[in-house]
Amino acid sequence: MPEDQADRPELRELLAALAGRFAGAVLASVVDEGELSVRLSKDALASALRFLKEEAGFNALEDIAAFDNLGSAAEGGQRFTVVYRLGKFPGALRARVAVDVGEGESLASAVPLYRSADWAEREAFDMFGVRFEGHPDLRRIYMPDEFEGHPLRKDFPLAGRTGGA
Amino acid sequence: MELREYDLNMGPQHPSTHGVLRLKLAVDNEVVLGVEPVLGYLHRGMEKLWESLTYTQVVPLTDRLDYIAALSNNLGYCLAVEKLAGIEVPKRARYVRVVLAELQRLASHLAWLGFMANDIGAMSVLLYAFEAREDVLDLFEEYCGARLTIHGIRIGGAVRDLDTPLVSRIRAVLERIPKRLEDVRALLDENRIWKERTVGVGRIAAAAAIDYGLTGPGLRACGLAWDMRKDIPYSSYDDFAFDVPLGTNGDVYDRYLVRLEEICQSIRIVGQALDGLPGGEFTAKVPRVLKIAPGEVFHTIEAPKGVLGFTVRSNGTDKPERVKMKSPSFINLQALDHMCRGNLFSDVVGILGSLDIVLGEIDK
Repeated sequence: MPEDQADRPELRELLAALAGRFAGAVLASVVDEGELSVRLSKDALASALRFLKEEAGFNALEDIAAFDNLGSAAEGGQRFTVVYRLGKFPGALRARVAVDVGEGESLASAVPLYRSADWAEREAFDMFGVRFEGHPDLRRIYMPDEFEGHPLRKDFPLAGRTGGA
Repeated sequence: MELREYDLNMGPQHPSTHGVLRLKLAVDNEVVLGVEPVLGYLHRGMEKLWESLTYTQVVPLTDRLDYIAALSNNLGYCLAVEKLAGIEVPKRARYVRVVLAELQRLASHLAWLGFMANDIGAMSVLLYAFEAREDVLDLFEEYCGARLTIHGIRIGGAVRDLDTPLVSRIRAVLERIPKRLEDVRALLDENRIWKERTVGVGRIAAAAAIDYGLTGPGLRACGLAWDMRKDIPYSSYDDFAFDVPLGTNGDVYDRYLVRLEEICQSIRIVGQALDGLPGGEFTAKVPRVLKIAPGEVFHTIEAPKGVLGFTVRSNGTDKPERVKMKSPSFINLQALDHMCRGNLFSDVVGILGSLDIVLGEIDK
């Protein structure tokens, strides 16, 4: 790929620091194309994000993407995966933090660390029903408040509300 | 005068929300205490729909996200899919894309300039800005037939090649724009009313802007030189010499200056891309049915409104498992509350305008 960056040694150092600090919580990791990717157990999420922001200098939370693993052979075997995209600017380093979360379980909110997590977590809640503990105001963001169900779940039909599609 | 705190509703049908955005404003007389945007009036469930379409069928739907800058959405999505599928885009195609993307930035910033000035009451600027934007839209029409939901970039390359007549027309349009910008700047830069409505209004400090995830001209107006075209170059942007215009105060006036200067930089980039247009194909050979092995990528571009990202997860079929869009307007709008607090109610329209949001990509 022409746009890829060369391998960045600082990401390998960061991974070693992360694995040392959160021994047992780092379930998988890859350093590739200028990006560190880790899969964490969900209990370590808040402290790992705090470490990445305050000690490793990842000052921006660029995006939070939730995935429904229903019907796919997902690594963690849980219903949902939530992926946090962190960025360090200037320097243009990126980190991908993935956590698996089961249905009815919740994750620690990233809002105390990054204000940009506010609407992103509301979106994940609205579309997938993933709850974030400690979010100041976890409401739906796109769908009406009285809406039932979470549209981006794989078992939510494309047309209608119960079947078809 | 009696002090009164009350809530005020603005939108979803309001000419200055540029779409269907509703704002719940808490005000104390004329001072804004807080703004809560209410979203979803234009929510079309794009991300759900994309899961039922093939990778190729998704591309034209991305035109409808940020419909003021359709080509930037095309580019963001196509680059993510190409990264996931390992498709190598020919150099000529990358240059054609840069030409299209920078012309799109021009058109988007010119539309913003017109709307923004109109919101503040400088109606003649709208006419000057749109005259210039029409010129650019005519180029798009000649290139691909459309003026608004432009579909110019496809997976693997572009819709068609840039032929010699079109290249000379692009050059002619680019020559006319600086004079038009000068006319607008003569009207606005030192205009007392314009400055009173913009200087020191809607300020955000650099640290708060980072915390809110602000990107694009709004962030650069705070003095932070973050631009994906420089930081994480894509589509051969590292071949071109251009500056990243910066502001200092992070207010509405600086956002105006940054965008106007970005127009000049875009003209520079297009000129270089046309001069150095390499030979070769304008598109890669892409299988008609594109099946992508399971994987996940995140790719970002510097769209006119800020950093536009696409997360694409594949599952081995010809349809994506999930496409998640990181929309710059959605993230920038979160900072509106912070920017408006303590400002006058009458400035909300100007601050909102300075963010350059498009509801098509906020509501998805």
